Amino acid sequence: MYEIIEKKALNDVVFEMVVHAPMVARKCEPGQFVIVRVGEDGERIPLTIGDYDREAQTITMVVQSVGFSTKQLDKLQAGDCLTDFVGPLGVPTALHKCKHVVGVAGGVGSAPLYPQLKKLAEMGVDVDVIIGGREAQYVLWADKFAEFCKHVYIATDDGSLGTKGFGTTVLQNLIDSGEEIDEVIAIGPVIMMKNVVKVTKPYGIKTMVSLNPLMVDGTGMCGCCRVTVDGKIKFACVDGPDFDGANVDFDELMARQRFFKDEEHIVDENADRICNLMRGDA
Amino acid sequence: MAATRKPNMAAEKVKMPEQEPDVRNKNFKEVALGYTKEMAIEEATRCLNCKKPFCVDGCPVNVPIPRFIAEVVEGNFEEAYKIITEENALPAICGRVCPQESQCEGKCIRGRKSEPVGIGRLERFVADYHREHGQVIKPEIVRNGKKVAVVGSGPSGITCAGELAKRGYEVTVFEALHKTGGVLSYGIPEFRLPKALVQQEIDTVADLGVDFQTNVVVGQSITIDELQEEGYEAIFVGSGAGLPRFQGIPGENLNGVYSANEFLTRVNLMKAYMFPDRPTPIKITETVCVVGAGNVAMDAARTAKRLGAKNVYIVYRRSREEAPARAEEVHHAEEEGIIFKFLNNPIAINGEDGWVKSITVQEMTLGEPDASGRRRPIPVEGSTWDIETGTFIVAIGQSPNPLIRNTTPGLDTQRWGGIIVDEETMESSRPGVYAGGDAVTGAATVILAMGAGKAAAKAIDEKLGGK
Repeated sequence: MYEIIEKKALNDVVFEMVVHAPMVARKCEPGQFVIVRVGEDGERIPLTIGDYDREAQTITMVVQSVGFSTKQLDKLQAGDCLTDFVGPLGVPTALHKCKHVVGVAGGVGSAPLYPQLKKLAEMGVDVDVIIGGREAQYVLWADKFAEFCKHVYIATDDGSLGTKGFGTTVLQNLIDSGEEIDEVIAIGPVIMMKNVVKVTKPYGIKTMVSLNPLMVDGTGMCGCCRVTVDGKIKFACVDGPDFDGANVDFDELMARQRFFKDEEHIVDENADRICNLMRGDA
Repeated sequence: MAATRKPNMAAEKVKMPEQEPDVRNKNFKEVALGYTKEMAIEEATRCLNCKKPFCVDGCPVNVPIPRFIAEVVEGNFEEAYKIITEENALPAICGRVCPQESQCEGKCIRGRKSEPVGIGRLERFVADYHREHGQVIKPEIVRNGKKVAVVGSGPSGITCAGELAKRGYEVTVFEALHKTGGVLSYGIPEFRLPKALVQQEIDTVADLGVDFQTNVVVGQSITIDELQEEGYEAIFVGSGAGLPRFQGIPGENLNGVYSANEFLTRVNLMKAYMFPDRPTPIKITETVCVVGAGNVAMDAARTAKRLGAKNVYIVYRRSREEAPARAEEVHHAEEEGIIFKFLNNPIAINGEDGWVKSITVQEMTLGEPDASGRRRPIPVEGSTWDIETGTFIVAIGQSPNPLIRNTTPGLDTQRWGGIIVDEETMESSRPGVYAGGDAVTGAATVILAMGAGKAAAKAIDEKLGGK
């Protein structure tokens, strides 16, 4: 089935997982995502693809262990198998040849940003990356980006690594210093993407974002992942997940992400019991 | 045998044992409990065994109804099962969810003067009896080595796959979700169609040698073109009508608004009815409003009631007569305490801090018939009112899923997305690619989808068998 080939902790809440998934690895492109499940009655967890290896037939994901289901995923180790793994889902990112693209990653956003920038670099685009994190340990994949990025800028909230401040601070500095930027790609927490767009909008710099709304099936069937883009309802799973940030209603997205907050607490409180019940079922 | 027997001229069907409304609206167990042997035999004797059985014409898959009923009269339930399954691979499902009143039973001669014969109930009884008592009969199949791919494991896909497997084809079914069954698994609730039973019917098809591959999204994981390159000589697309429609009214993205698809998928497929014993959540408020009056709307409303909502409204812009749901479903919903607000149309969802607080509805009246032949609902000037509610479920229909048409060059579709096929052979504009079910018709019934799957299987066999 979907065997975990490699798993390692990247910091105290984030782990990287490499999974053998030939159907997905054969076809996936930057910007696409997968849905994974742990256990017979497990939730469907959408995760953006971080890296892929067509020869080894593997997919790499970077996951933050925040809720019940991602914690279940975190319990698995190399050699274990995932119950389900489906993809690639979503529309591949439309990457155009241009002169200079700056990627801005926040937290686990480094992973989905990585294949996009890598492909742009392969197309001959000059790419820079700004990686933001609360503190040094949350700055992810800087070494991987260094392989092809002209500049790797780092920003931490506490100043423990790179510039003290947010990714947007660095981005603003770049713009102020007169850097010509054709496009920005921002991936991370919704609030961070919203703030990046706030920075770039006045300069008319096109800014693509990758949205991560709540989702169930991931194939257009349920509409749970609907977002408002340019005043219209879009389904992130089949119309996205990438959208032009200038047109996205980020506030609505943030509100929608809180739909099941109470229930998520209940699940966390009942985690052990649910685990036992689900095991009994399998 | 049956010729000598005097028909039972009772005007009414033998009553179906059911859970009491006030009990069942608090659990997810099946509503209708099924006939006993004695009840089935008694009901079967109401069949006149017509020489020219209209009921068979009314059945989209032409089950030889009088023949199987005659066996029920004699208590030969296994024989009855064999007769049904000559034409219908999923009798336990059809016996439960077919709209018999507009099909077989709608044509029954007995129905002209009294109630028609309870054909659906008898079909269900026979299927259930076989499941509990019957032997698994593995038909001898001579394999012909020809590969056929089926996209989607819903009613049309399973039927097409089963029919082709019986004829010797090597059939692979690709299912996008982690579970097989399509709408039978994610859409129709447990209390109307137990999932264990769906699984058993699918197992029966798998026993014919059909290979089910879950987690494969055709159009994403693999395209139709790639399937053809891999040597599938024919492809049947039964990908369903899986794209929910919204009304386009203000407030549809507030928290508390679900598409019926999302609501039912969470509850049925992801087992949110067991929350928090299972991790996928569902949120329900004291009052729930559902817009729409099809079977899906009834399912959503009755599900909401079972999840603990006190007041569940169905709001529909036309009147009861135009409601597309089966009469039985409306009746069951009413018995369970669902409140119907016919001739009312939601025009706004009002929110506070991102959450649904109420909906504004517009009173309607009926005017001249429209394109659908039903009287057109028109707003009554100046009469709007509010319903306080925290949950609003949109059940106004689905469009076909776009993933396949977007990735299959040369596949002609209707403007609204349905795949265009030859009505007889179900072949699309792409040679070797067939389609059926909701992907072609838009949201319709399980049995029509099965009929399409069966017709496609026949056409595929005629085409490939001649090679």
